[in-house]
Amino acid sequence: MRAYLDHSATTPPDPRVVEAMVEVMEGDQFGNPSSLHALGLEAERRVEEARRQVARLVEAAPEEITFTSGGTEANNLAVLGGARALARRGRHVLVSAVEHPSVREAARRLADEGFEVEEIPVDREGRVLPEVLAERVRPDTVLVSVMRVNNEVGTLQPVEDLIRVVKERRPEALFHVDAVQAVGLTRVTPRAWGCDLLTVSAHKIHGPKGVGALWVRPGVHLIPLVWGGGQERDLRPGTENVPGIVGFGRAAELALAWREEAERVRALRRRLEEEILRRVPGARRLGPEDDHAAPHILNLAFEGIRGEVLVHALEAEGVYVSTGSACSSRRQATSHVLVALGEPERWREGAIRLSLSPKTQEAEVEAAIEAVVRQVEALRALMGE
Amino acid sequence: MRELILVRYGEIGLKGDNRPAFEGRLVQNLRDALAHLPGIRVFRSHGRIFIDPAGETAAALERLRRVFGVVAFHPAVETPLELDAMAEAAVRLVAEERRPVRFKVEARRANKAFPLNSMELNRELGARLLRQVEGLTVDLHQPEIRVRLEIREKHAYVYVRDVPGPGGLPVGVSSPALLLLSGGIDSPVAGWYMMKRGVPLRAIHFHSPPFTSPRSLQKVQDLSDVLALWGGRLPLYVVPFTRTQTAIRKHVPAELSMTVMRRMMYRIADRLARRDGLAALVTGESVGQVASQTIESLAAINPVTDLPVLRPLVGLDKAEIIQKAEEIGTYAISIRPYEDCCTLFVPEHPATHPRLDEVEAAEAALPVEELVEEAVAGTELEEHHAQPVMVAPS
Repeated sequence: MRAYLDHSATTPPDPRVVEAMVEVMEGDQFGNPSSLHALGLEAERRVEEARRQVARLVEAAPEEITFTSGGTEANNLAVLGGARALARRGRHVLVSAVEHPSVREAARRLADEGFEVEEIPVDREGRVLPEVLAERVRPDTVLVSVMRVNNEVGTLQPVEDLIRVVKERRPEALFHVDAVQAVGLTRVTPRAWGCDLLTVSAHKIHGPKGVGALWVRPGVHLIPLVWGGGQERDLRPGTENVPGIVGFGRAAELALAWREEAERVRALRRRLEEEILRRVPGARRLGPEDDHAAPHILNLAFEGIRGEVLVHALEAEGVYVSTGSACSSRRQATSHVLVALGEPERWREGAIRLSLSPKTQEAEVEAAIEAVVRQVEALRALMGE
Repeated sequence: MRELILVRYGEIGLKGDNRPAFEGRLVQNLRDALAHLPGIRVFRSHGRIFIDPAGETAAALERLRRVFGVVAFHPAVETPLELDAMAEAAVRLVAEERRPVRFKVEARRANKAFPLNSMELNRELGARLLRQVEGLTVDLHQPEIRVRLEIREKHAYVYVRDVPGPGGLPVGVSSPALLLLSGGIDSPVAGWYMMKRGVPLRAIHFHSPPFTSPRSLQKVQDLSDVLALWGGRLPLYVVPFTRTQTAIRKHVPAELSMTVMRRMMYRIADRLARRDGLAALVTGESVGQVASQTIESLAAINPVTDLPVLRPLVGLDKAEIIQKAEEIGTYAISIRPYEDCCTLFVPEHPATHPRLDEVEAAEAALPVEELVEEAVAGTELEEHHAQPVMVAPS
């Protein structure tokens, strides 16, 4: 049976999302939201409805949501736009060692511009500890970025505590949370946490690719990355991606019900981990213990087998997983996340990531378990080990 | 007056009795290359090949510059056998060039019935150009442009531009051969050089899932598409090679595994070539580049086939190969990061000077015939044709 366990790479769009998107591309809803006439107004209404839907998912107000072309752009806008806006107040930036490349590379860009960018180390589980962060906050710190859920190993960061230790020491510093992998299955409440900026993406919650959003606390000023005709309160000008935004809104609405599924998904992930580790010798989980983990991401490593080879062996059985994150596996670079966790090379090489969604069925998990057990054994036999 | 493209071919003109067959092949290849552009005609007249581009000169040239056997293309104007018309065409073509300019006229009178001889034509046309185009000067020794005039039976042809062709021989005048195509930089270039010598190719690729990814196969398929642009088509054999790879790993000492792997590739290629009437193998091997390509190594690999093994890169440096790969459009594909079967099973210390008797002994435990038969039986043949290419605005 086919089992798609790569939801951290992307999720299949829900049919109701597709339907909503098609609706605004056909018939009389194709208008430009900026147009004065009725067609423009109708498109604008659909975009604003989506804004409310996304806002509801992160328990915030619609006017705090800025739509972007995806998680990468939202992360870039937060890191670059936030630090640049505060450059006169200081030039020290802190990012965790396990951030997504769209945060890391943006921070590197800041370093080129004269900011001092410091990496916050993580523990063996991939966690940023509040006391470790506290030591690094300085009078000239202007931005801190820590993700809520790590995309490769699923570590759930104690963002509330982290935000507090930063704000106690340096209230002016902006705190950005990349919540792309968190939103949906875990509760995301930027207002209650006390952060300033928060990133979400549509295609990780069964929405379309090419659309994301940045939540911006009222009163926070960012310097835009794109300049143009005033859309999205000048923060992200350009004619709105109406079908994408509408699809995002619908996906966000549907995701409101996900939290009820979280424990079921967590149980499926536990089952995957326990069964595979019980039946396959020379296998390990990389990443956090259950109490520090998101419900849906599992990273496993198999001694003597390259993760990439196992991915292809599993795909031949219709089981789709990935090595580390989709991006770093294509570049074939070693995973910076697993390095930050202190994993030695022989385990990093053999790592695969299995990621679930509320739509994942028990039968898929059982099929994946059997396939992993079978393929690891077959590959080890083939390789004569 | 109409615009034509004159096709100048070099080498094939020298081949005596074979000439008509070669010209026929070239005309056919030109027609195939232009098949996607409706209304274009390719025809022969009095020992010349002409293309009537039906107004699509730029689009036609973009495709034609990859047709082997052509030395140059000349976008030309065909005129009646009247001096005024010839001069008018020459003035127009020269005026399209940048100015001021040093020029000379080179007239050839194939039709001796025309009243002016070459010298007189040069003088007359040169004088008219000087009068009618501003900023021109005559320079007989180092002209910037050469205004060529050919007087033939019924028409005259005037042209100034030389659009270089790739040279070589028309693909199809030699016997077909089988190219061992990896995803690397070298083998596509080797294939290109053989097509340049008129050899129609098929390619063979050894695929080892799950040790190699679908993207590494995609890479080879994309390389096949690029080579098909040059050769017109490139049928590709995809050979399942996983069992052979793992059997080698199991039965052969690591330091000789590269040599044995190459021998297995040659054997499978040899079997398919004989079955399908291909007369030679082609590889991207060059002497001394990597361990498997020392002369001793080639000597230990080669004896498994009686077919000629053509290695057109044998004397080239890596830098030269890369430069050629960039020119022909394969480099950007070859450097994509996905591993092919050659890089995955590489031992840490491959033998650089394997002896044939050692290699044969190392193979003793390998079920060679069974592996070859299984690989051949599982091989699939897929077709890659030249796709019409985008034309950059000129």
